[in-house]
Amino acid sequence: MKKSTRVVFGALAVSLVASVVASVSPASAAVNCDPYTGYKSMKGKTVTIFTSILEPELTTLQTATKDFQTCTGVKIKIEGSNQFEALLPVRVKGGNAPDLAWIPQPGLLVKMVATGKVVPAPKAVVANIKKYWSASWADLGTVNKKIYAAPFGSNMKSLVWYSPKQFAKNGYTVPKTWAEMEALSDKMAANGQIAWCGGLGSGGATGWPGTDWVEQMVLREYGAQVYADWVSHKVKFSDPKIQAAMKKVADWMQNPKWVGNVKGIATTTFQDAGKGIPTGKCNMLQQASFYGNILADEGATISEKGDVFAFYLPATNSKVTVPVVGGGEFTAAFSSRPEVQQVQAYLSSATFATSRVQLDNWVSANSGVPLAAYKNPIDRLAATYLSNPKSTFAFDASDLMPAAVGAGAEWKEFTAWFGEGKSIAEVTKAIDAAWPAS
Amino acid sequence: MNDFFTSSISKFNGVLTTIAIFFVVLGTIFFIAGKFQGKIARYLAIVIFVGPAVLLVLTGIVISGIQTILFSFMGPDSLSFIGLNNYRWMLSDPSIAIMMRNTLLWLLFAPIFTTVLGLTMAILLNQMRRESIPKSILFMPMAISFVGASIIWKFIYDFRSNGTQIGLLNAIWTHLGGDPVNWILNKPLNTFLLMVILVWTQTGFAMVILSAAIKAVPSDIVEASKIDGAYGLKLFRNITFPMVKTTFGVVLALQLVGALKLFDIIETMTGGNFGTNVLANEMYSRTFVQYDQGKGSALGVVLFICVIPILIFNIRSIIKSRSN
Repeated sequence: MKKSTRVVFGALAVSLVASVVASVSPASAAVNCDPYTGYKSMKGKTVTIFTSILEPELTTLQTATKDFQTCTGVKIKIEGSNQFEALLPVRVKGGNAPDLAWIPQPGLLVKMVATGKVVPAPKAVVANIKKYWSASWADLGTVNKKIYAAPFGSNMKSLVWYSPKQFAKNGYTVPKTWAEMEALSDKMAANGQIAWCGGLGSGGATGWPGTDWVEQMVLREYGAQVYADWVSHKVKFSDPKIQAAMKKVADWMQNPKWVGNVKGIATTTFQDAGKGIPTGKCNMLQQASFYGNILADEGATISEKGDVFAFYLPATNSKVTVPVVGGGEFTAAFSSRPEVQQVQAYLSSATFATSRVQLDNWVSANSGVPLAAYKNPIDRLAATYLSNPKSTFAFDASDLMPAAVGAGAEWKEFTAWFGEGKSIAEVTKAIDAAWPAS
Repeated sequence: MNDFFTSSISKFNGVLTTIAIFFVVLGTIFFIAGKFQGKIARYLAIVIFVGPAVLLVLTGIVISGIQTILFSFMGPDSLSFIGLNNYRWMLSDPSIAIMMRNTLLWLLFAPIFTTVLGLTMAILLNQMRRESIPKSILFMPMAISFVGASIIWKFIYDFRSNGTQIGLLNAIWTHLGGDPVNWILNKPLNTFLLMVILVWTQTGFAMVILSAAIKAVPSDIVEASKIDGAYGLKLFRNITFPMVKTTFGVVLALQLVGALKLFDIIETMTGGNFGTNVLANEMYSRTFVQYDQGKGSALGVVLFICVIPILIFNIRSIIKSRSN
């Protein structure tokens, strides 16, 4: 008995020593440190980042930042949680804030700045923002005229996922206008197929895909100004314009001819919604650029001629040029330690964005990234629209509205609109009632 | 991989060090306290043993409880007093009325059903030869978290809008000749379908506690009443049940509190949609998703007030059973 315990302890000690040795010896053989000459060497320092981004993307981010970590000696520790938006305020309030956080909505950034714990962006970050991002992007990281956060990743929501293979088999062509898209949907219905896939389910956030559909339509029909007024509640939900846009969404995503079981959309998770696309169970799904990752995990090849690809959701009103609804994360700092500010500057640089983009599935609105760097054709497509100076870009409205609406009433009421057949008039009235008084 | 091991080892060492420090500190305190004698020793013992518990209850429950009550009179950011506005909102918002109704339904049905089912199982299984096997199986769902249980039941209630059904309940239903049903959308049946999940996880617990209580009934009393002609239901009604009544009450009270603060099942299964929302889920959603500390706290205070009578009953019955 005693002998065996000693053996176990001996083995433990050996493995301990081995792992310590392994962690000390650097694994880097030939790292090109030239792009990082502007950064100081800060051996042994660690910067923690808290995010809603999960695996496998966390590993990819580690790979993208590996050279920076090796060359500067700063260790970047990234912790992802699917409860990020609930946990970050708790951690900040509890004095356990991370060094950096990738905040996925400007509304949450405003809330965090209000706690007084967010550190304004250092000079190097401000310079990068001015150099690489358009004014509309810079505005989103600015609170009370002070620049706090640089954009990190970005995504484009105005995409429709479809299967090029199925389209070729059935003789369908990618629609360029809204009318063409309607005609195509009718053609699919006539062939006995489900034209549109849809799913609102997302646990406690059930309903958010519905907010995207309405946003697409408000921007497409009425342009940036009405969209901005809608976000600030100058234009109410019960306004005839918004109700008309919702009617147009209902004609599209609640059309039983095109979607089959309308109420089932409310109980289908958004992840499951598009799984039928490669096999043609349903043909099209309006979802953001990130959706390719979900389909790729299912084993689908994503390319212009593959199992799945996406096309740009057509405009509906010729007066609104290239409408694009999008989103993104922002890097906010809760510490002003030099190593934190250095990582912050690095993350806002074109060097980082390019090295991340070269790996896969990631889009930056950073204009310093050459479009040729995108490996993934979907990302290149999204980047083309996100950096297009002609496009009418609008940030995801539900993320900009007060949380009581954008993360509360809107989700709940749109879910009831699809799942319980609640009327547009009642839905809009309830959302307006939930808008905070001040 | 190396990273994983080194970080795990350092965490492991950290835990071991903390435990070691804990024992050293406690040992020192006990050693010093042991040197005292007489009257002081008695007071010292009280302080040493009760002190930490009182401190934890104060910081964890009393202070945060008072803070929640204060927050319920304040705005979303807990900066300005807005009087009774949060409570006025609760009375005026029609969705809160639905949550109140649902919470009441949960209180009325789930605990009674769980406890009675647990009692029935306890009586039936106590008479079996190898009772430990079915008892263990019945108790097992208790080891699964509510979220895990909900995910299991999600597959049972699953409905596919287009394509092949994979849900167990729909398989049974279509086998009996029905058309596939989107169960979770079906008001007010869906609330009861969600209750089944709670009953499934909690029945084992009720059964184990009640089974122990039944076994504690002195056998001479049971035998004497059998001689007097009390069998079956009569024996249960007049002898067994009165003797396990206190335990029954405690289990029921625990289930009532559990049903009142129930949140995980609703959050996982429906996110509070389709008319299934309850107060505790709304409290979470308001506080941590919509960042309205005021409304969230007001909902918390209402829940707290609802729990008080159950707690009083529970404490009273425990005191009563002790004095007996």
